[in-house]
Amino acid sequence: MTNQAPLLQITNLHAQVANGGQKILNGLNLTVNAGEIHAIMGPNGSGKSTLSKVLAGHPSIEVTAGEVLYKGQNLLELEPNERATAGVFLAFQYPIELPGVNNTTFLRMAYNGKQKANDLPELDEAGFAEFLKTKLPLVEMKDDYLHRCVNAGFSGGEKKRNEILQMAVLNPCLSILDETDSGLDIDALRIVANGVNQLMSADKAILLVTHYQRLLDYIEPTFVHVLANGQIVTSGDKSLALELEAKGYDWLLPHPQQAEVAV
Amino acid sequence: MSTTQTIDAINQDYQFGFTSAIESDAFPKGLSEDVVRAISAKKGEPDFMLDFRLKSYHQWLTMEPPTWADVDYPPIDFQDIIYYSAPKSVEKKQSLDEVDPELLATFAKLGIPLSEQKRLSNVAVDAVFDSVSIATTFKKDLAKHGVIFCSLTEALEEHPELVKKYIGTVVPATDNYFSALNSAVFTEGSFVYIPEGVTCPMDLSTYFRINTEGTGQFERTLIIADKGSKVSYLEGCTAPKFDSKQLHAAVVELIALDDAEIKYSTVQNWFAGDPKTGAGGIYNFVTKRGNCKGNRSRIFWTQVETGSAITWKYPSCILTGDDSVGEFYSVALTNHFQQADTGTKMIHLGKNTRSRIVSKGISAGVSKNSYRGSVVIKPNAENARNFTQCDSMLIGQTCHANTYPYIQVENPSANLEHEATTSRISEDQLFYFQSRGIPTEEAVATLVSGFCQDVFNELPGEFAAEAGKLLAIKLENSVG
Ligand SMILES: Nc1ncnc2c1ncn2[C@@H]1O[C@H](COP(=O)(O)OP(=O)(O)OP(=O)(O)O)[C@@H](O)[C@H]1O
Ligand SMILES: [Mg+2]
Repeated sequence: MTNQAPLLQITNLHAQVANGGQKILNGLNLTVNAGEIHAIMGPNGSGKSTLSKVLAGHPSIEVTAGEVLYKGQNLLELEPNERATAGVFLAFQYPIELPGVNNTTFLRMAYNGKQKANDLPELDEAGFAEFLKTKLPLVEMKDDYLHRCVNAGFSGGEKKRNEILQMAVLNPCLSILDETDSGLDIDALRIVANGVNQLMSADKAILLVTHYQRLLDYIEPTFVHVLANGQIVTSGDKSLALELEAKGYDWLLPHPQQAEVAV
Repeated sequence: MSTTQTIDAINQDYQFGFTSAIESDAFPKGLSEDVVRAISAKKGEPDFMLDFRLKSYHQWLTMEPPTWADVDYPPIDFQDIIYYSAPKSVEKKQSLDEVDPELLATFAKLGIPLSEQKRLSNVAVDAVFDSVSIATTFKKDLAKHGVIFCSLTEALEEHPELVKKYIGTVVPATDNYFSALNSAVFTEGSFVYIPEGVTCPMDLSTYFRINTEGTGQFERTLIIADKGSKVSYLEGCTAPKFDSKQLHAAVVELIALDDAEIKYSTVQNWFAGDPKTGAGGIYNFVTKRGNCKGNRSRIFWTQVETGSAITWKYPSCILTGDDSVGEFYSVALTNHFQQADTGTKMIHLGKNTRSRIVSKGISAGVSKNSYRGSVVIKPNAENARNFTQCDSMLIGQTCHANTYPYIQVENPSANLEHEATTSRISEDQLFYFQSRGIPTEEAVATLVSGFCQDVFNELPGEFAAEAGKLLAIKLENSVG
């Protein structure tokens, strides 16, 4: 790892739904350095989750052009699980349920998988239980959830909290949090945001996809970007988010309807 | 009339390769009354056994192979099968090294070498190698408790009255085509008798292996649990790879008297045939049935079926005694060209009888996996209860899963519940694992294990973990 290389560098990224489907990302550029938090905002359907999926390697999206470097290395040629063990983490907008798979077992598989890939010692059941105990307070999660199946029957907010628990266990370098705030109640939002702040450090970075300023009240972004029609159309500092809160997105978008409304 | 073959010579394509040449003493191929008589003579059986065989043979001649199962295979040439094959030197061996290379190789692959031996060191084992029982361990320890655990041949020598009293009482020779065949030509098997009030001090286990190409395996197991006794029995099976199909037509009979309990667990890993062409593999046509003869008796079947080209098997319970309980827990996995038609029959005769069926079918590749279950409540079975849960999991788009539940209720007080689900491992589930650093293969294994948990929980000891790993191996490369 060199100090000079950005943690993440996306250049002219084009992506579409796999097997020749709809074009979603149209020449997106983004540079993220260690120690930075980037908020990604933008209208529904603009491509925020698609960007997240491309970074994590979801098979439903196909990259047609462009480059993504993670720590100077071509991220796109890595298998999704290799990206994860290399320190890339995606907290899903809609976390999936894994019936029959115990939450603790899953967390330990993930943890040991990462340790193994990085030639670090794995933890046995007892050791992992101890380790996990130190992570639970970060998201103020009760340990009942650990004995249940992954996300099975969890409420929307509980699923989001469980995502951040996974983040705490994996301690990723680059975290992409896709609308982690949606579905969280007021207290949970504060708790989860505090957890995320504690996990952040100078050698890490976070991409924070959100629609709302209230998350950014807790997690202060270094930059705010607006994604529209598969491109970043505006970037600014945290004040941009406040401006968006007040004015919405319309003023940034060249849509035909706007002209009609004005008439 | 016997020929000698060196197993090594016909075993060249067996990838795990034998190191010791085992001489075998085999009959020529073919089936006739003479062959039936010769088998009986070879074993020096009492007359009643020869009569039983001959009656069964003549019955079999009048029968047709069943066609109702959801499996396809060309007609079997019963004259092209060797009905008796025995390793020439039959002195008992304490170590299973020689009969066990495939299993050991599998364990080596699992990264738990010698675990089988470790396990075997605390269970009593009867190993059936082709047609003859090789070793019955722990016989003396068991004898102290009055438990009889030996090969069926020994039982016929030492306890003919017990065999005579019970053999064929649960699965009559006439029951079906394959049970009739087995009753005529069975060559070996295990015999267990647990005396009144005794809880068997250790798990009992039989390990079957078909070793000679062209040999049919027709073993027969008879387990009797006398009043108030209890036993847990485990059966394991493997066979080397041969290009031709091999027939395995076993019969298992369980009898539980008043307040007795029998738990019978199977981990079946017969050779399934070539994954690419479907060539070779075992036809596993097995009749297993238990009679809860006594009041408050209990029989539990647990099976993990992973192998065989074709599985045709319905471990069943006849709930004769009042308040008796029958349970069936099954995992049937089919991949590649495998076909399985498996399930159970619960026949309620006594009052307050209860049965429970939990079936988990997993299909991958171009395989076919059918659950066939029947629950019958006879007129005298007041307050009978059944719960059936039948779940299918599909992996990929080219496999088939079917469910055929049959219900026959002749007493209005019966209470039956049936639940069924079908699920498919989704791309998003696999991606969720991957995004947490867990490769797809491990993800499939974990989801499948989770799906089977209710059944694995019923397996004794470390077999639950081993069954999970076995399924994982069977599913390697099943997701593209
Ligand atoms: N697998 C797919 N098949 C078809 N269309 C898709 C697929 N994935 C995404 N899309 C489409 O691509 C566009 C961008 O979707 P995406 O989920 O990235 O939006 P988003 O910015 O995250 O929106 P939101 O704010 O509502 O979460 C949408 O129009 C969506 O319908
Ligand atoms: Mg989204």
